[in-house]
Amino acid sequence: MELSVNGTSYSLDVEEDMPLLWALRDELGITGPKYGCGIAQCGACTVHIDGQAVRSCQMPVGDIGNAEITTIEGLGTPEAMHAVQQAWVDHQVAQCGYCQSGQIMQAAAFLETHPEPSDEDIDRAMSSNLCRCGTYPRIRAAVKTAAAKLQGA
Amino acid sequence: MGRTRTIARRSFLIGSAAVLGGVAFGTYLAVKPSENPLTESLAEGEAAFNPFVKITEQGITLIAPHADSGQGVHSMQTALIAEELDIALDQAEVSFGAPDPAYYNTAMANDAVPFAAFDEGLAARSMRVVASSAFKILGVQGTGGSSSTPDQYDKLRAAGAMARETLKAAAARRTGLPAEQLKTENGRVITPTGEAIPYTALAAEAAQIPPVTDTPLRDPAEWRLIGKPMQRTDIVAKSTGTLPYGIDISLPDMLHAAVRINPRQGGELLDFDAAKAEAMRGVKAVLPVTGGLAVVADNTWRAFKAAEALEVTWGPAPYPAEQAEHWEAVANSFTPERLNTTWRDDGDVDTAHQGEVITAEYRAPYVAHQPLEPLGAIIRADANGAEVWSGHQLPRFVQMQVAAKVGCEMEQVTFHNQFIGGSFGHRLEFDVITLAAEIAAQLPGVPIKLTFSREEDFAQDYPRQIGMARSTGSVKDGRVESWALDIATVSSSVSQMGRMGLSLSGPDAQIVAGAWNMPFALPHLRVRGYIVPELAPTSSWRSVGASTSGFFAEGFFDELIHAAGADPLEERLRLVTRPVHRQVLEAIGEMSNWGSDLGAGRGRGLAMFESFGVPVAEVVEVTDTPAGIRIDKVFVAADVGRVVDPVNFENLVQGGVIWGLGHAINSEITYADGKAEQSNYHMAEGMRLYQTPQIEVRGLENGSHVRGIGEPPVPPAAPALANAIFAATGTRLREMPFYKHINFV
Repeated sequence: MELSVNGTSYSLDVEEDMPLLWALRDELGITGPKYGCGIAQCGACTVHIDGQAVRSCQMPVGDIGNAEITTIEGLGTPEAMHAVQQAWVDHQVAQCGYCQSGQIMQAAAFLETHPEPSDEDIDRAMSSNLCRCGTYPRIRAAVKTAAAKLQGA
Repeated sequence: MGRTRTIARRSFLIGSAAVLGGVAFGTYLAVKPSENPLTESLAEGEAAFNPFVKITEQGITLIAPHADSGQGVHSMQTALIAEELDIALDQAEVSFGAPDPAYYNTAMANDAVPFAAFDEGLAARSMRVVASSAFKILGVQGTGGSSSTPDQYDKLRAAGAMARETLKAAAARRTGLPAEQLKTENGRVITPTGEAIPYTALAAEAAQIPPVTDTPLRDPAEWRLIGKPMQRTDIVAKSTGTLPYGIDISLPDMLHAAVRINPRQGGELLDFDAAKAEAMRGVKAVLPVTGGLAVVADNTWRAFKAAEALEVTWGPAPYPAEQAEHWEAVANSFTPERLNTTWRDDGDVDTAHQGEVITAEYRAPYVAHQPLEPLGAIIRADANGAEVWSGHQLPRFVQMQVAAKVGCEMEQVTFHNQFIGGSFGHRLEFDVITLAAEIAAQLPGVPIKLTFSREEDFAQDYPRQIGMARSTGSVKDGRVESWALDIATVSSSVSQMGRMGLSLSGPDAQIVAGAWNMPFALPHLRVRGYIVPELAPTSSWRSVGASTSGFFAEGFFDELIHAAGADPLEERLRLVTRPVHRQVLEAIGEMSNWGSDLGAGRGRGLAMFESFGVPVAEVVEVTDTPAGIRIDKVFVAADVGRVVDPVNFENLVQGGVIWGLGHAINSEITYADGKAEQSNYHMAEGMRLYQTPQIEVRGLENGSHVRGIGEPPVPPAAPALANAIFAATGTRLREMPFYKHINFV
């Protein structure tokens, strides 16, 4: 089957029901999306499919068709960061950092549809992503900073 | 400030009888300096000044031997060296280094002795020398116990200063100028005429001269980095998905493994049928491992699926099968036979308790670690030894454990430590390492990446100790008069050390950690520790013993103060004995505007507890809403002697509070049929963002020693919350998790 990830087309021979997460990580070597729980409880595996935040551990590759997949690697790079990534750096959000790829992908998709989020909007949108280190206060602040920056851009 | 030579004796050559009051305790072998691990691999033209700094023509490498499971230890170690070496944070390659006995952890040894962290008396200092010597013999290159900053604070700055001055001496020789006229900046020696010689160009010459060891450390007033907000060296990589964790490493021809181990931990595999699993796509082998089976496949998901498809019959657990039996064992341990020791006995509690007394029983359950990166390791083994890629807090023990499984010498095991996606104590354990080694040994030459599924990780986790406390106290004339605090827990120290082939000598100070040495002068105060017979295996969980004793002590102290009709802050201030703790209490009172009216349906609770030498006071404010308790705000004051990076400090404190509150509210591990009943985050999730209060943090610097902040914010969180809920609702919570007794928003 064919998958389009971060603008590149890949062909791979895997089961239709293999979760996208494991196709990305073990078949394509794209390791930004993380395995955390396997049951859509933690959000560490979050990617965008046609711009929507999706838990890749629950998304069978056979259901994706020719939709465009974006992972954290495709959102921005260390040299050219997305506004959300830059806000994450500015607020020094990460501790262990393992959940942050998913947090950032969740926040980036959320801000596309909620450019001027209220505090409650942020709490609602970001509460499905677990951070065991407890960086939540900084996540809140970084989402607000990113929203302001994207509005100004 | 001291000179490097003095500093060196005091820290990394600690054990010298001449320095610590002439007390040697037969530790001659232990005071021999470790061999420098860098010199062995040096090529011609390279100079190694000490085990922490390496400079070649190609560049500067810093060795930051402490593991980083998220606290920013890697970055902190870099900053300590860079402060004295005069380089920018991004100017050097930073490596975890190869495991080596030279990197033993002085600070962890200091905290391993049963004396209060503030006790600088002769007996305490003597014991620390012994403990530190033992650690050195073992070569414990350990990360844990919030010890990385205290361990490295002097050593790395001294190493940086020594390197800088030796480079200046080399430049002086080359230029003919006196070293006093040379300056250093951004990795270069600068002459009075402005000529800049890069350190890298001086490496070869610096190797030819004796190191300059007699260098004063800089006065804090001169610091460029320490004490100021820094950008963590790992922050860009962690914000762009480009930092590889152990789970992200890939090697040519690597295969992926999953395991299915008896969920009755330590029990046997009695029977199995692997036919179905073996026939599944991508499965290469099903292999026996300790306590169960491993599946080796060409993809992690295929390995997980095949492991689930194994048909297995498990033997019984070597501990009680049902949770009620565990509680019963704890409750039955308050006996003279199970008395571990009487840690404190001020005044005469028994006489004081002949009148009217207040009693209460507190409970703390088993709790899982469950960092978000599941346990994993990559191992390739062959006739020449083994190579290991994983993140671990005890690298030398990794080498030992792998060597034992593979059948080689530990020197034949190469360990590549990796960034860790959270630990909270989980990466002090070895199961994933030894299981991966068992698999790799059966498939020589093939790199095997073993990843625990989340369910396997829950099933095989060694949780926090289970325990109870029984308190009796009395009040008189509006004051707390007496308190007898008895704590019974299983010993996570005994359990954990047992798995490492070590035994605990003497009583387990963790059972009563922070409680026996509480800085309060009551007329009558007794603290006794009781050791519960081993039940389910347990391990160190962020803040270890203090995570339970803090709740037991500060919860009941609040009850006594309430019974006395006193104010929680005023009464603590009246009773506190140590100036540093008093200042923490005064700070929290000021920050939280203690005593002001919060309005109807609201309440605030206070707790102060010391762990790892750090007194932390927290005030939690809650509102009793129709839907349940909402945590509005938390104030935290903590004294670490010196705040190395205020931004990272605030982040770690907030995270510690969230860890403490979240688990106190909703997390426990319970056993049924010998198995942990919780299998994933939906059954033990900790705090989520919508529940997170505002958390205001103040770092104090009155303490005489620099301390770590990873764990100390945890213990006061649960009692401060319980005390706030009492203030708001009149309901006293004496058992975690709290959601069994009250609703939360």
